[in-house]
Amino acid sequence: MIPPTFDYARPGSVDEAVRTLADAGEDAKVLAGGQSLLPLMRLRLAFPDLVVDVNRIPELRGVREDGDTLVIGAMTTHHDVIADPLVRRHAGLLAAATSTVADPAVRHRGTLGGSLAHADPAGDLPAVVLVMDGELVAQGPRGRRTIPAREFFVDYLQSALAADELLVEIRLPKADGWGFRYEKFHRVAQAWPIVGVAALVRRGDGHIAEARVGLTNMGTTPLRASATEEALSGAGDPDAVTQAAQQAAQGTRPTQDTSASPEYRAHLARVLTERAVLAAAGMG
Amino acid sequence: MSETVAREVGRARLRKEDAHLITGQTNWTDNISVNGLLHLAILRSPMAHARIDRVDVSAALELPGVIAAFSGRDVAESMGSLPCAWPVAEDTVVPDHPPIAVDEVRYAGDPVAVVVARDRYTAADALEAIEVDYTPLPAVLDIEGALAEGTALVHSDKGTNRCYDYHSASGDYEAAKARADVVVTRRYHQQRLIPTAMEPRAVVVTPLAASGEFTLYSSTQIPHVLRVLLAVTTGIPEHKIRVVAPDVGGGFGSKLQVYGEEVIALVLARRLGRPLKWTESRSEANVATHHGRSQVQDIEVAARRDGTVLGLKVSLLADMGAYLMLLCPGIPILGASMYPAIYKMGAYEFSCTGVFTNRTPIDAYRGAGRPEATYAIERIMDDLAAELGMDPVDLRRHNWIRHEEFPYTTIAGLTYDSGNYEAATDKALSLFDYDKLRVEQADRVDHADTVRLGIGVSTYTEMCGLAPSRWLSEMRYAAGGWEAASIRVLPTGKVEVVTGTSPHGQGHVTSWSQIAADALGVPFEDVEVMHGDTRLATHGMDTYGSRSLVVGGVAVHEAARKVVDKARKVAAHLLEANEADLDFADGAFTVKGSPEARKTIQEVAFATFASHDLPDGMEPSINAEHVLDPDTFSYPHGTHLCAAEVDTETGAVHIRSYVCVDDVGKVINPMIVEGQLHGGIAQGIAQALYEEAVYDEEGNLLTGTLADYLVPGAPDLPELVTDRTETPATSNPLGVKGVGEAGTIASTPAVVNAVVDALRPFGVQDIRMPCTPERVWQAVRSGKSGKEAPA
Repeated sequence: MIPPTFDYARPGSVDEAVRTLADAGEDAKVLAGGQSLLPLMRLRLAFPDLVVDVNRIPELRGVREDGDTLVIGAMTTHHDVIADPLVRRHAGLLAAATSTVADPAVRHRGTLGGSLAHADPAGDLPAVVLVMDGELVAQGPRGRRTIPAREFFVDYLQSALAADELLVEIRLPKADGWGFRYEKFHRVAQAWPIVGVAALVRRGDGHIAEARVGLTNMGTTPLRASATEEALSGAGDPDAVTQAAQQAAQGTRPTQDTSASPEYRAHLARVLTERAVLAAAGMG
Repeated sequence: MSETVAREVGRARLRKEDAHLITGQTNWTDNISVNGLLHLAILRSPMAHARIDRVDVSAALELPGVIAAFSGRDVAESMGSLPCAWPVAEDTVVPDHPPIAVDEVRYAGDPVAVVVARDRYTAADALEAIEVDYTPLPAVLDIEGALAEGTALVHSDKGTNRCYDYHSASGDYEAAKARADVVVTRRYHQQRLIPTAMEPRAVVVTPLAASGEFTLYSSTQIPHVLRVLLAVTTGIPEHKIRVVAPDVGGGFGSKLQVYGEEVIALVLARRLGRPLKWTESRSEANVATHHGRSQVQDIEVAARRDGTVLGLKVSLLADMGAYLMLLCPGIPILGASMYPAIYKMGAYEFSCTGVFTNRTPIDAYRGAGRPEATYAIERIMDDLAAELGMDPVDLRRHNWIRHEEFPYTTIAGLTYDSGNYEAATDKALSLFDYDKLRVEQADRVDHADTVRLGIGVSTYTEMCGLAPSRWLSEMRYAAGGWEAASIRVLPTGKVEVVTGTSPHGQGHVTSWSQIAADALGVPFEDVEVMHGDTRLATHGMDTYGSRSLVVGGVAVHEAARKVVDKARKVAAHLLEANEADLDFADGAFTVKGSPEARKTIQEVAFATFASHDLPDGMEPSINAEHVLDPDTFSYPHGTHLCAAEVDTETGAVHIRSYVCVDDVGKVINPMIVEGQLHGGIAQGIAQALYEEAVYDEEGNLLTGTLADYLVPGAPDLPELVTDRTETPATSNPLGVKGVGEAGTIASTPAVVNAVVDALRPFGVQDIRMPCTPERVWQAVRSGKSGKEAPA
């Protein structure tokens, strides 16, 4: 559990971090909370020449409002996300899902931005940001650009960030008035989810006006259960939700590992979607 | 002679050990540093089975900071073969086991080469510079397939993957079966487990050039046994080896071992004349520290329609892994006597075949043979009850040894000295609210609830306190089972207890202090307990098999009695009285009838130190040693009840309540007993629901880190209701029985019985451990569609 030799840089500002990354080329890795990168390095599965530690950049931390949007600094820790009153008020789904991440030690070090940039489909937060129609703001040598969550997660452990780009903030439309639920199914409290389902539901007059369903660990990226979302529109009773949930695994390609088969994951996606939507819709 | 009042025994004393442990003042082996310390790193095979064609360490040697690097061949002559002390059958196949592989690697993780460097970082980097050419060989990865015709061989020179056959029988099982109304036959699987002590292994060796001595510090359970076997293995004379077990962070049997790394460190320290350290990482531990369990259990019970058990037949296939480690062949045999458990029956047949596979070697893991036995018998008792339509508690009650029948010799030939299964079970049923839960269970079935309730019963006993040397000899075990204690009363009356046990979390320092304080009538705080250093505790057999209290703790008590006897002579002389006229109570001798004529043990100690006025011919010492070799085992027992909610949609299992009433005899420290039960039950639940070492079809361990090998934590475990009955053992003067493994032994079948019980309405008879959500879900699905439960 000893990583190979690497160089270490600790920039004090976003500009300096971006310059450091640009100079280093492909062989640098950004160190955020270190809860995923360091284990990979210690197992010698990742071996960057340069580690760029962005923990001492104050402007990357904190939560603020920007009209109807919540802006969360990429280096805001899970613990701070859960505790933040703005997040609780306007992005309850994010707070709920974040509180299921690993254990208190991890939540005090791990960050929202780090978790998203790592792009692990088994991470809890990518599906949440996807379902909230969030946007991710990256800064590179050519300035800032905003990437919709739908385009951010490219493949397994692969995001749309270029090697010289730093994720600086996450923009979430306020989900005021939406019911929410994160259904996480895992074998022990510290384990990654076998499957997770993030549901956001806006109720109309006695029925579901709009529902969004995000899937954790059902493919190489976080996914939206689009067929289920469409079927849920206008659903007026639990039976309709149950019916719609049957389509939750459509188009997914879940993996096989020591915890579950693809077939079982697909089954769980359907069961958990039903439960998450019913709870989010207040029908549970 | 009057008995001293128990002031300490039975008290929930806070542990003397804890202040330094919880404030980080610990002395783990990896914390030890000496001048000029060099660091070892070990290159391990990435393949389950391969021929080694070439090992080239030259590029590693060129790296700055690398002092030495060796292949297995380079050092084979000086290292010998790792010992196996328990070849259970006369014709047991014992393969050669070099600490570093020479011609072939036989499991993924088998050492191939070793590097010595100035720091551990350089050592880790240097491993990548070693070149090894392998020719892959077919690997044996399946216990059941290992003996099939034409299967590849783990040790081709042995011509077979069969390690041994062991057989024993008592009564005529076939005749019993012929008379039976019901015969239930099952095949249960004990999955492979990774012991996962909190502290991984570590070893430091410091050579003393002047005297040719070596001090070996190791995170071990067995400093004494290790010293003997290091001498035998390496040829370094025993008196030139000092073994120290500093603070040791858990073992669970995994440190009851003579490991290759200990031999490598010792031999290379001698070769290089430099102090060396090796520390294992967690992922290294997962492949290189021995594993546990891994058995296929065929079990058959024959009974009458009224539930009377007539006979039992057990046939095991036991995985040895790639080589025989210290006790491996004996582990299943340690369980052989426990299958009949607490039940009376007229016939019992047992057989076991040990087989080699290309996986990490197997050896003792908390309970060692007895959890396997208890699991199989307690599972099949539930299955028999279901078959007969009986309540599983009633079936047990119908068959168990009644309290008035003790001492009772079982069909397996063990004589249980004491027990009261009725009392423990009645108490447990009442705490659990058994009848009410049965009503709720039926209710959920009636309403076709998607979440079902299951109730699991486990009425276990175990044999603990390894122990009788003559029994061990009959079992072909190489050593004895005695334990030593010595007590030194210092001039100021303070007391030093030196024990041959080697605690690694059990709290011996506290418990032995309580025993000695009562026996000598001195304050608890005045007793210092020392252990784990062969120079200090010269005589010992160490800690495993729930033996420490029943052998080592009793030895402390007996040594204290000898001290009192010697002190009595001095006191009688000082008080000018006859020894027979002295009472000893609360640490003081008084003359019967004149209590003002009084000498405290502290006064006697000082008088002995001064030795101005001792009885004629008496040597000036009241110190004493006692080496105890008990005549028999001790037999704790208890009743564990588990209520589990099973979500039939997802397969998730939630333990809603867990009650245990254990009878571990006389309790020295109730807090320590409860702690042992909590930890033991957690480990038993872990086997039932969570843990399994999984290999791919090439023999690579897939559960190589704690992200994949799921050890449950506090949030995953239920509230435990623990209570006790106290039926003193009659086999030792303290009445104690041992508690280190009870929780692990009892809990696994209680939990799996609960899960299966919840799903019996679906036609489910068994779920393979660990009962993962997917396996449970599959069982429900297959049950619903009437198919056979999948593996």
